[in-house]
Amino acid sequence: MSLASNIFNTSLGRKYLMALSGAGLFGFVVVHMLGNLTIFAGPAAINQYAAKLHSLGPLLWIARLSLLGMVGIHIWAAIKLSSENKRARKFQYEGTIEPVDSHRKSEIVSRYAARTMIYSGLIIAAFAFYHLAHYTWKVPQINGLNNIDFETFYVHDVNAGEKQIAYTTALPEGVGKEGENAVDVYRMVTSGFGVWWISIFYIISVGLLCIHLSHGLSAMFQSIGIKSKASQKLINRFALTAALLLFAGYVSVPISVLFGFL
Amino acid sequence: MNLKLKVWRQDNAEDDGRFEYFEALDISPDMSFLEMLDVVNEGIISDGDEAIAFDSDCREGICGTCSMVINGVPHGGQKGTTACQLHMRHFNDGDTIVIEPWRATAFPVHRDLIVDRSSFDRIQRSGGFISVRTGSVPDANATPVAKENSDLAMDAAQCIGCGACVAACKNASAMLFVAAKVSHLSLMPQGQPERNRRALAMVNQMDEEGFGNCSVNGSCEAVCPKEISLDFIARMNREYGRALLKKGCS
Repeated sequence: MSLASNIFNTSLGRKYLMALSGAGLFGFVVVHMLGNLTIFAGPAAINQYAAKLHSLGPLLWIARLSLLGMVGIHIWAAIKLSSENKRARKFQYEGTIEPVDSHRKSEIVSRYAARTMIYSGLIIAAFAFYHLAHYTWKVPQINGLNNIDFETFYVHDVNAGEKQIAYTTALPEGVGKEGENAVDVYRMVTSGFGVWWISIFYIISVGLLCIHLSHGLSAMFQSIGIKSKASQKLINRFALTAALLLFAGYVSVPISVLFGFL
Repeated sequence: MNLKLKVWRQDNAEDDGRFEYFEALDISPDMSFLEMLDVVNEGIISDGDEAIAFDSDCREGICGTCSMVINGVPHGGQKGTTACQLHMRHFNDGDTIVIEPWRATAFPVHRDLIVDRSSFDRIQRSGGFISVRTGSVPDANATPVAKENSDLAMDAAQCIGCGACVAACKNASAMLFVAAKVSHLSLMPQGQPERNRRALAMVNQMDEEGFGNCSVNGSCEAVCPKEISLDFIARMNREYGRALLKKGCS
């Protein structure tokens, strides 16, 4: 077998794929969160940040396609691995674990986050799809706002000259043009998260993502073989801290919109 | 002490199996778990019924033959202890004890509490050895081995291949077993020539046997009677990656 077929066809190879694609996706969620946080610096900051991203052209597409690739590999490996796991253990034990020592139970029974990786993962995938349809493809039917189409949210003309562009002056509906005018991300986010059930769905999904990461971020070090008893404490602390910081960072935006700070 | 037992009974590999209840009366707290079962079996036999079938051999915790899940925990609740070394004093008078076989697709139940663990033998045969005879007991320090390596190799070599790791794992993964076997020899000078071949062959055989995959829960480590560390799985992951790269580049 060649290197590639070994990686795709063996248990450990798939664990490497899982870990590395997961690490890449973690990198994305960190950068995405930092991008989101520019909203607190005002409409100009986030609109300029978004315009800058969109001006990257081919680079943006390379990033998008590699993200799609990583998502594909991560989901494929997850489904493959967990279906093998289900096949490997068809029976559950009748005996309920009564700890003889008080500390034993938690060591044998896997943690909630670890047990539910496939479920949290699939819900996150469904959410990510919705989230793309909501803000990237700007499907008006799913944004929960009657007769408001994010496709019409633009800020003033790019041709006004680089120096003068503040990307803050909103253009009236129907005036801006895709490709010519910068997208008014600020208005899109504040009106998007103004819909309470969208914000709730978002907060729940980000919560699941962070539960997913609290296990995944630590397990990936084991899968690529750089975890040990000595580094375990540090790695687990990193996983938990990163998950909590991500949760706080992501959730701060819809919360601020719902409570009228933005 | 008097106990109630809820025991898995299964006539053969094809049988669906069922739980049966037994009374264990007048049990001494100094008996081992297997001795308690012996007493129950004598009662069953004198009643003219089939004894509860279970595996045992050395009864001193070093052979890895006894294999039963006691109250949901492989080898019962004592840390670093096989079922044969588990004593009845850890139970209370009047307890109901649930006794089941290892549960894994790769360990089919043979009869009652006996499972077929030849999948472990096949993994071991695929690479868990050194092909060249390196002589009998060598002179001390004839082959220098770093202290850390010899300590780690000894820790890994403690694995008795009982299968409790597989039984405890929610995915029935054999990675702790394979990791111990791969690590043990890869840490020793004698194991070097076949190091990469061994890692690849043992992992491939493990996959073929239908064991699940590690999802880093640590249940295996918690029940291992020899307290083999999860670190060895990380080491196996390294060994396997190294072997893949060596093989891919050569």
